[in-house]
Amino acid sequence: MPLNTKTDARLQSALRQWGAHDHRLLQVLRAVQTPAGYLSAEVLAAVADSLSVPLAQVRGVASFYSFLSTEPVGDFRVQFSDSITDRMDGSAALLDKLCRLLWAEPGHVAGDGLVSVATTSCTGLCDQGPAMLVNGRAIGRLNHARIERISELILARIPVDRWPAELFEIVDIVRRRDLLLKCELEPGAALTVARRLSPAELIGVIARAGLRGRGGAGFPSASKWAACAAAPGPERYIVCNADEGEPGTFKDRLLLSQHADLIVEGMTLAGYAVGASHGLLYLRAEYLFLRDGLEQTLARRRQAGLLGATAAIPFDVELHVGAGSYVCGEETALLESLEGRRGIPRNRPPYPVTHGYRDRPTVVDNVETFCAAALVLLAGAEAFRKRGTAQSQGTKLLSVAGDSPARGIYEFPFGVTVRQVLQAAGAEDAIAVQVGGPSGTCISVDEFDRQISFEDLPTGGAFTIFGPTRDIFEVARSYAHFFAHESCGFCTPCRVGTSLLARVVDKIHAGYGTRHELAELEQLIAVLGKGSHCGLGHSAGNPIRDTLLRFMPAYERRLASADFAPAFNLDAALAPARRMTGRDDPAAHLGEGS
Amino acid sequence: MSEPNPPRVRLATTSLAGCFGCHMSFLDIDEKLFPLLERVEFDRSPLTDIKNCGPCDVGLIEGGVCNAENVHVLREFRANCKVLIALGACAITGGLPAQRNHLDLGLCLQEVYLTEPSLARGGIPNDPELPLPLDKVYPLHEIVHIDYFIPGCPPSAEAIWKVLSDLLAGHTPYLAEPLIRYD
Ligand SMILES: Cc1cc2nc3c(=O)[nH]c(=O)nc-3n(C[C@H](O)[C@H](O)[C@H](O)COP(=O)(O)O)c2cc1C
Ligand code: SF4
Ligand code: SF4
Repeated sequence: MPLNTKTDARLQSALRQWGAHDHRLLQVLRAVQTPAGYLSAEVLAAVADSLSVPLAQVRGVASFYSFLSTEPVGDFRVQFSDSITDRMDGSAALLDKLCRLLWAEPGHVAGDGLVSVATTSCTGLCDQGPAMLVNGRAIGRLNHARIERISELILARIPVDRWPAELFEIVDIVRRRDLLLKCELEPGAALTVARRLSPAELIGVIARAGLRGRGGAGFPSASKWAACAAAPGPERYIVCNADEGEPGTFKDRLLLSQHADLIVEGMTLAGYAVGASHGLLYLRAEYLFLRDGLEQTLARRRQAGLLGATAAIPFDVELHVGAGSYVCGEETALLESLEGRRGIPRNRPPYPVTHGYRDRPTVVDNVETFCAAALVLLAGAEAFRKRGTAQSQGTKLLSVAGDSPARGIYEFPFGVTVRQVLQAAGAEDAIAVQVGGPSGTCISVDEFDRQISFEDLPTGGAFTIFGPTRDIFEVARSYAHFFAHESCGFCTPCRVGTSLLARVVDKIHAGYGTRHELAELEQLIAVLGKGSHCGLGHSAGNPIRDTLLRFMPAYERRLASADFAPAFNLDAALAPARRMTGRDDPAAHLGEGS
Repeated sequence: MSEPNPPRVRLATTSLAGCFGCHMSFLDIDEKLFPLLERVEFDRSPLTDIKNCGPCDVGLIEGGVCNAENVHVLREFRANCKVLIALGACAITGGLPAQRNHLDLGLCLQEVYLTEPSLARGGIPNDPELPLPLDKVYPLHEIVHIDYFIPGCPPSAEAIWKVLSDLLAGHTPYLAEPLIRYD
């Protein structure tokens, strides 16, 4: 069946923008799927045809990303952010309410194709939750009044473009500024400094500053850049990882919206350092509202002669938008996604510095790392390394969320203790802090004097606070479901292991857990840690491991006393047969145990 | 004074929702049955016709759990066996019988006994002598705690022998990859 004219026009315009190349597949699919639409079989076939890729590959990509849909969705596609902090802010009741107002059921299309309501992983608005996306556009600070408003707009079929702008307002709250956020960049200033240095000298400055990656792992940035510069290849690439998918993290959002020049400046000088003239910025789909601003920044810099093939440092940046997948934050999955494929992590080695984007030497760094690199040139390596600890130089942006009256972004020098952050956030009564999100560490009161640093508590930026009334078991359960949902399914230990972990904690939650399940959890965590292919699987057991260690009573009080109990009521499992046979004799029932 | 013979290990086996293929594979250990019988005496098993399981050291169960009677037998084994082993794919995952799990049991019974012409006049059997089917076929470990699993459909005689001989020798049973590799 041929495409209708509107869809065909979208396809043609996507092909003009991205080119008919197989590695553009994801961006083309994103562009042909309207915000509220889906990718029909005809569209998939047309895309396969235009890009000369097998239909199976197109289907594979379309089914991998959660923001692409191969089934019809509502004209209004509502996705509630389902982070633990959204839940703490009451998202479940709001979702119920919206469903009731719209006669909808979660996960189904309702009202003759009018609306679909579902949940999605953390959308990065934890400082202003509960949050949702409507046709891909973010709305924060949900409350009953806003939900009523939204349901009226949907029922009146008002297109999202014409909804009141204040609904979509995203506020960035900075609570503490240090070296980085105090830096007021005159666009081009860091490049001017850089150009006085040779590429090797520039890398030397970054090394002297002691800059380490801000995405979580803390790899020394200068070593990464030097390795990329030394790798043979006709072209090199700089990739900015703005996928920020770790639940509880939103500091890159601030940088992308308020400090875009600093990011691009950092990418440009990385390009200068390694000899790359192409940059790619991979923005998570949840941050679509930042795209226009970023494009404007890029355009302004091109006009000012700071970016582009003819700039003093010939370097340009292309913006890619993701499609809803946490694992794509992992650097090799990110590269796969940039190349238009399913976001499945690659085997490492070889590492991206030698075989990255399209197999060329590539530097992948976090948003904040590029900002910090620009800062090093502006402020000088010495001023930079004066902040921080022996092995963690400079400052770190923390995304403070959860039970605090003062959520927002806090920039602290590395070495700050958890207690100091809690004091600043007015949350001294916290019982637990999740440092670095679900793949990080959960610590309890006894450890609040530990330091945020690579040598003690590393973090990509999440700092989620749990107050005295919180049930830490529910926190771990929510994270277990997060990993089960986000596992890419490539390797069995993680695909099966994360689902089993979620099943076992659900069993405990339902009151059927015993000591047997606690042992089972430990065993699964060990398998995940040992057998998984990438970092997602390696850390998927962390929330349960940490909370079993520190909050055992939260598990114990849910255990059934028996040595073992099924996860369901056995007598109820006979009910259908009882109903069909009309029997109710003693043999038609099962008791609790033998 | 000579050492008294070590007490014989008591072994019980049964088939729940299985096809006896796993038991056949067990018998395939062939000549090793003789040394085994020197060390083992059978309790409840299709090989002995003992009707109820008494206190045992090891229980081997093939097949998943599809009805109320299976639950009773499984619980009897768990209550009496120090070590309980799930033998074969059906015991471990539900296996072939679990193919019915994506069907609604009520609709199934209705179609077979009420609307399908051949049996329709009989009605749905409701004799209390018949065990009621569960809504789904469950693997053993979802009903009781299981200590060891021997995968395969059926597991090879070598794999079964390895687990039993490990237990007799006092080792934690271990199946190296060749014994659980099927392609
Ligand atoms: C499952 C998973 C998700 C990740 N998500 C992100 C992310 O959203 N942003 C990020 O910068 N790094 C993320 N990382 C880390 C990247 O793989 C990589 O280490 C980082 O981008 C390197 O940049 P840096 O050296 O500047 O920190 C993730 C890693 C894993 C295993
Ligand atoms: S560990 Fe999980 S996310 Fe990583 S490759 Fe394996 S299945 Fe995919
Ligand atoms: S595992 Fe195979 S051989 Fe054993 S009972 Fe099931 S179907 Fe039969």
